[in-house]
Amino acid sequence: MGVVQGDQMVLNIGPQHPSTHGVLRLEVMTDGEIVSEIKPHLGYLHRCFEKHSENVTYEQVIPFTDRCDYLASMNSNFGYVVAMEELMEIKVPDRVEYIRIIMGELNRVASHLLALGVYGLDIGAFTPFLYMLRDRERILDMFEYTCGARLLYNYMWVGGVSHDLPKDFEKICFGFLDYFEPQIDEYNNLLTYNKIFVERTADVGVIPADVAISYGVSGPNLRGSGVNWDVRKDESYSIYDRFEFDVPVGDGKFGTLGDCFDRYWVRMLEIKESVKIIRQALKDIPSGDVHQALPKKIRPPKGSVYRRTESPRGDLGYYIISDGSPVPSRVKMRSPAFTALSCLDEVSKGWMISDVIAILGSLDIVLGEIDR
Amino acid sequence: MTVDFLVDWFATIGDFPILAFILAVIISGIPLFLLMALNAMVAVYAERKVSAFMMDRIGPMGQGPGLHAGKWGLLQTVADAIKLLVKEDTIPQKSDKLLFKMAPFIIFIGAFLGLAAVPFSSSLQVADFNVGVFYIIAVGSIGVIGIIMAGWSSNNKWSLYGAMRSAAQIISYEIPAGLSIIVPIMMAGTMNLQTMIQFQSGSIWGILPNWIIFNNPFTFLAFFIFFISAVAETNRTPFDIPEAESELVAGWMTEYSGFRWAVFFLSEYSNMLVVSGLAVAGFLGGWQSPIPGMFDSPGWGLFWFMGKVIFLIFVMMWFRWTFPRLRVDQLMHVCWKVFIPIAMFNIFGVGIWKLIIG
Repeated sequence: MGVVQGDQMVLNIGPQHPSTHGVLRLEVMTDGEIVSEIKPHLGYLHRCFEKHSENVTYEQVIPFTDRCDYLASMNSNFGYVVAMEELMEIKVPDRVEYIRIIMGELNRVASHLLALGVYGLDIGAFTPFLYMLRDRERILDMFEYTCGARLLYNYMWVGGVSHDLPKDFEKICFGFLDYFEPQIDEYNNLLTYNKIFVERTADVGVIPADVAISYGVSGPNLRGSGVNWDVRKDESYSIYDRFEFDVPVGDGKFGTLGDCFDRYWVRMLEIKESVKIIRQALKDIPSGDVHQALPKKIRPPKGSVYRRTESPRGDLGYYIISDGSPVPSRVKMRSPAFTALSCLDEVSKGWMISDVIAILGSLDIVLGEIDR
Repeated sequence: MTVDFLVDWFATIGDFPILAFILAVIISGIPLFLLMALNAMVAVYAERKVSAFMMDRIGPMGQGPGLHAGKWGLLQTVADAIKLLVKEDTIPQKSDKLLFKMAPFIIFIGAFLGLAAVPFSSSLQVADFNVGVFYIIAVGSIGVIGIIMAGWSSNNKWSLYGAMRSAAQIISYEIPAGLSIIVPIMMAGTMNLQTMIQFQSGSIWGILPNWIIFNNPFTFLAFFIFFISAVAETNRTPFDIPEAESELVAGWMTEYSGFRWAVFFLSEYSNMLVVSGLAVAGFLGGWQSPIPGMFDSPGWGLFWFMGKVIFLIFVMMWFRWTFPRLRVDQLMHVCWKVFIPIAMFNIFGVGIWKLIIG
């Protein structure tokens, strides 16, 4: 039987749409429900992060990094300060490193929780989203308790952190982890192993490993395609080499390797690994001053640095050029969500509109970071 | 309180058959309309609270009389209704205005007519047809015309997608629903809902009520096929692809606002009531008491009927807040390749069962 070829229709998804995860506009060519081409239009949330950075001092860039990936601000801060410290060749106290890792991993859990919950929402399951937000709320409470902010922290500074951990933070954090770990099984029972959910995500939107690599896809999206690449392990920064954790890799649990389910599942497993890291860090955290290495005025030597870190969305790289003045000459951010979005067109060809939403959700993009 | 009863009663007063008929229809129609509005209000409130409890939320609170204020939000739906009534009724400039305005009425008519044949108790039924089952199934599909009209006239791609999906879905799922409602028709040997319910009196082995669902394995299966198809026909999750929020914004309702949108809402909840009513009448013994021989008066009948219907509506809500959404092709797959063959097999099985066991 021949394929019936109808007229192509252009469908605009977004910029105001429930599941574009922000203000993304997709120009979709469709034949009925079948999608033949997707053109993402970016820039609705462009705030000139990189240009702004050239006009403020090095410390003042940090709040801007918060606003790039607003779901994982701690990790955005983390990447920037690690790059800066590498440029300035500062060694920060151990306690600062531990605090940063605890905060970074907590934020990774929070970010993944939102990613998974919203993914459920994209597929049509409302309840898991609220369960996950409920638990994310407790992480945000801990952040608020530590640094006063719930979403945009400006917590990690070059050479230190803005506030030391509160005295009973360890107790609260352990209490949360003990409560949280059994909750993962609840999410799995409610959403992950749901037949409809598996049907909707398994075998859908397969990104083969070579395609993923050629597009520069990174983070959980790359690991979902079966590539074992994690900056925390392979290009270790801070003190990640002191902790024991596994890098979960997709294995085509219910379908093909690299499908939407694998990307979802890798995130779920990563939450468990992050919990493992936080537990180890909380156990070993030394005491000390967190402001010790904090320079009064930052004036890095002439030169440049590129440092990548593992944000919840993948390789988050900062390229900083210094001309010796207190103002950076150039700050470039390599956004993992941006590269993840670039493969959407190739992956979504031939799938239905519902699948495009599922694929887009599985890439876990944050428009603040894409547009910067 | 059937229309026939009223017509007969008017005939005892004088000889004005046409006027008597119109009066009878109006007298029995108004309570039905009130029931529809009440049902929507209660169901919306219940849906919000049920979903809230399932999601670990609190749900509506604040609106309510006296002591209840701040906890149960009992007047939330009243507030919602007032909001919808005073809201601006927008009509898109480039829409087909006649169809756009007409669509809510058609959908409403489909939902309203179905309610007329629902047997609330042994004496409380607006129209006691001899083809009640057939009638409900038939008027139930009027709504789809309204949905297509709404989707087409809105001149919006999302609406069009929603309407096309909805048409495909409702028409497809009518087949398994129709095939499985044949099973109680075969068992009871009638399409009259009252007779069908009376057939289900008594008990099986003295323990189970003699409802058609418990009669044999085929009827048991048929009930579930019918119920799931009914969920699909009412466009509710996991079959809510016509109004899939995360994909189609609001599907065929995207361009509607205010009162017209409220009519869609009213019809949706009314449809739930009708299909649940049909499921209860066909499979769950209608107004028969679950304990054979006890609580059998007509008043209790109303209680049992509404109780069962509300339970089924609750199950639909439970579905909605638990399951993700199917994709269009998966939906069709379930319908054509799973439900229809099983429903066909069921008819065959029930026929054999009746021949051999009786």
